[in-house]
Amino acid sequence: MTTIAIGESAPRFELPDTEGAIHALNGDGTASAPATVVVFTCNHCPYALAWHDRLLAVARDYAERDVRTLFVNPNDAERYPRDSLDAMRERVRADGGWPAPYLRDEDQSVARAYGAKTTPDVFVVAPDGAIAYRGAPDADHRDPGLDAAWLRAALDDVLAGRPVENAETKPVGCSIKWRA
Amino acid sequence: MAHPRVELLYWEGCPSHPEALAELRDAMADLGLDPDTVVVREVDTDERADRERFVGSPTIRVDGEDIEPPGDEPTALTCRVYRLRDGRYSPTPDPAIVRAALENAMTRSTP
Repeated sequence: MTTIAIGESAPRFELPDTEGAIHALNGDGTASAPATVVVFTCNHCPYALAWHDRLLAVARDYAERDVRTLFVNPNDAERYPRDSLDAMRERVRADGGWPAPYLRDEDQSVARAYGAKTTPDVFVVAPDGAIAYRGAPDADHRDPGLDAAWLRAALDDVLAGRPVENAETKPVGCSIKWRA
Repeated sequence: MAHPRVELLYWEGCPSHPEALAELRDAMADLGLDPDTVVVREVDTDERADRERFVGSPTIRVDGEDIEPPGDEPTALTCRVYRLRDGRYSPTPDPAIVRAALENAMTRSTP
């Protein structure tokens, strides 16, 4: 399994969202967003669900500053049908839409390229295409008051052009469900 | 006082079972039960999950009854999704529900 380090180039990808639109991330510094958040997540993990509203709030709040957020579900949908594209679509529609696309990583190649371990596992990509933050949204999935503070601090540093002070934390959550 | 049979089933791929076990043992101690009597069993294959009717980690049973009956939830090696009493999602059951399940079993067991 690849382990991507802070400062390395974010792997490029193109993935479909729940409505079939393709979203791309360029890892070569040509991305137009001042920062991009890539969140590996899924439908059935209690950690991902516990942090979900905080992550949606980050997507909403930072969209105002042109930050792009991409939610990526890489789980094996054969063994875990709740993570199928249909189930993802149903979830987004039931929520009345999300402020960021929910992408399907069907062959798990993107999760592998990033070395994602859990859902959630959060990466921030700087405008030069380098990984600027990797880890958990904040210190405790049980405390909504923490408000994804680690992720917000990382974004604030990137948007200010500063090195991220706390660039790496331990991702906490359910293991990604790899294909056998 | 009759002592209910308490089991915690877990899957290693989910990191929540140490916290769930600690909370379970705390609840048992508070109620005067011996926390060391919890039977902790790992579920590590799909076949075993089917056999044990294991719908996710952690699963706590008191006298053979799931403290939050999972209905028609499919068996799987996965983290189990719980809802706390205030509605939040959680990887572990609400401690108040754990305690209530233990109290109910103790009441049933007492002649």
